[in-house]
Amino acid sequence: MTTPSERLIEVQGLRHEIAGRCVMDVPAFAAGRGEHTLLIGPSGSGKTTLINVITGLITPTSGEVRIDGELMSSLPPAKRDQLRRRTIGVVFQTLRLISALTVRQNLSLAQTLALGHAEPAIIDDLIGQVGLKHRADAMPRELSHGEGQRAAIARALCARPAIVVADEPTSALDDANALAMAELLLSTAETTGATLLIATHDNRLRDRFARTLALTAPQVTA
Amino acid sequence: MTLAGLSLAYLKDRALNTALNILLLTLSVATLVILVLFSSQLSERFARDAQGIDLVVGAKGSPLQLILSSIYQVDVPTGNIPLETLETLRADPTVAEVIPLALGDSFRSYRIVGTESAYVEHYNGRMAEGRMFEAPYETVIGAQVARGTGAGLGQKFEGSHGLSGDGHVHEQTPFEVVGILAPTGTVLDRLIVTPVASVWGAHGFGTGPSEDHDDHEDHEHETAGHDEHAGHDHEHDDHEHEHDDVAHDDDAAHHADEAELEVTALLVKYRSSLAAVRLPTFINRQTQLQAAAPAVEMTRLLSLLGVGIDAVRAFAILLMITSGLSIFVALYSALRQREGDMAMLRVMGARPPAIFGHIVLEGVLLAAAGALLGVIVGHWVVAFAAATFPQLQDMGLSALRFEPAEAVIVLAAIAMGGLAALVPALKVFRVDIAQTLADTR
Repeated sequence: MTTPSERLIEVQGLRHEIAGRCVMDVPAFAAGRGEHTLLIGPSGSGKTTLINVITGLITPTSGEVRIDGELMSSLPPAKRDQLRRRTIGVVFQTLRLISALTVRQNLSLAQTLALGHAEPAIIDDLIGQVGLKHRADAMPRELSHGEGQRAAIARALCARPAIVVADEPTSALDDANALAMAELLLSTAETTGATLLIATHDNRLRDRFARTLALTAPQVTA
Repeated sequence: MTLAGLSLAYLKDRALNTALNILLLTLSVATLVILVLFSSQLSERFARDAQGIDLVVGAKGSPLQLILSSIYQVDVPTGNIPLETLETLRADPTVAEVIPLALGDSFRSYRIVGTESAYVEHYNGRMAEGRMFEAPYETVIGAQVARGTGAGLGQKFEGSHGLSGDGHVHEQTPFEVVGILAPTGTVLDRLIVTPVASVWGAHGFGTGPSEDHDDHEDHEHETAGHDEHAGHDHEHDDHEHEHDDVAHDDDAAHHADEAELEVTALLVKYRSSLAAVRLPTFINRQTQLQAAAPAVEMTRLLSLLGVGIDAVRAFAILLMITSGLSIFVALYSALRQREGDMAMLRVMGARPPAIFGHIVLEGVLLAAAGALLGVIVGHWVVAFAAATFPQLQDMGLSALRFEPAEAVIVLAAIAMGGLAALVPALKVFRVDIAQTLADTR
């Protein structure tokens, strides 16, 4: 196992309730640098909630989350934004590319928000790596779903975050594309040195990841 | 790509909507700018032409007409008054200066004004070429007259009766240009100025430059025949009567001329404030005369025009509020569609104040584009109007002058754009990102 100082993500006694109903229960979990983890479980098992807590978008009812040693779960909102900006890139199933910007501009904006400036060389490099060189100046609506996903992955990686979180990145894809997507995530993460945390109910990805965290639907508490 | 760049990108992304909103604002700003240019240049021009003239004395009639005809040279005169009034007023110790004006003739619709050199000095007229008139029939022409007629020094021309330029031509009374004035930005620019005696001569009073005495009777007759024209509607019966006398005795005719000599109006400058109290009453009590104060009459005129200007201004402001509302609606609905985008911006690390600024900037950019285009269109319309309608050019309307009020209009429009964006933008601070991400899958 990793030592505490190498732990990029560390979760302890995490529990989240909505209107008195427990929606997520993770007693303990940790991932070190380069330890890509697959977060699996059926719908409603709390995968998205865990991702929201890890990325600091919601505050858990109890327990704590440390990102790169910092206690994300109890930081004030502005500090959370700062920590997320510095350390985490996110890929959503619905991509969420900014509709008014081209692929290149989407990456440039993400980089500017995270780093305070754009690095065109890195952007071009990443666009090449995900195979979108010919689509760099296309608007998101002009992309196929596969192209859009590659653009979203490139955007999540362009600020070179330590962690890339992906929420159901392959659920809308057929087998071949789902595997290709996973390969792409793994290979690009390799080159940028990012650690992956991928939430999915898609069993097709299991073989590709050594580590998994399985969530089960939590018990309803009174 | 920055958040400011993103504002522009969103505006570009819905180009038609953006263009329509800009157009709406352009129209309202242009209307306001046109109003500002017209009213400020007009009232400034009014003030400049009437500067230093406390009272105008002329024949009985409408006081506004008297002011318009004798100061602004735009309306027909109310009639003529006896020359002796000039001497009476000059003898008054409370009066500083009296300038006589004899109107009624024109050349190619430029008015010929019989007066004294003091009239030119009153408007700070400087000679661009030539010299001041010294003898009857010598004329000094304004800058605009020189430009409009192409007349140079030594040019001879004949005035025609009436002020529109299509009246009877006074033959054998050739005027000569001896001086051309530099532009003054006043009414002087579009006048032909000559000694009072020239106008008398053209109408057969006094002695013309080359006329011998035998011609005199004919001219006397001519003048009587023209009396129905504006500016010469003095007592016709008396005139006929005098004409009979003239026919009988040449010496008597000379005498009658002296008694007949008339001017159209007198521009009076007070020496003491006592005159303001005493003089108008004194003059108005005399049956033939009336006194009108330019300040009073122009205030009256502007307040009459003002109602119309206020109505148009209210309409333009209404239009501006409408365009503000339109920007609000456009941004509000656009931002509803972009809630997912905004949540994503937050996920990517954008701080709420930065996103707030980015949305307000969108409204401000829209408004600034509309406001600046409005100013350009407004000036363009004024330039077009000035080029199309000579009357506006006569009034000195210029499209190249910028008023401080325009800056106020532009700032108000931009502030309104920011304000319209404020309500949608404030939602950024209340948004629950996790919830929005879930809702906008």
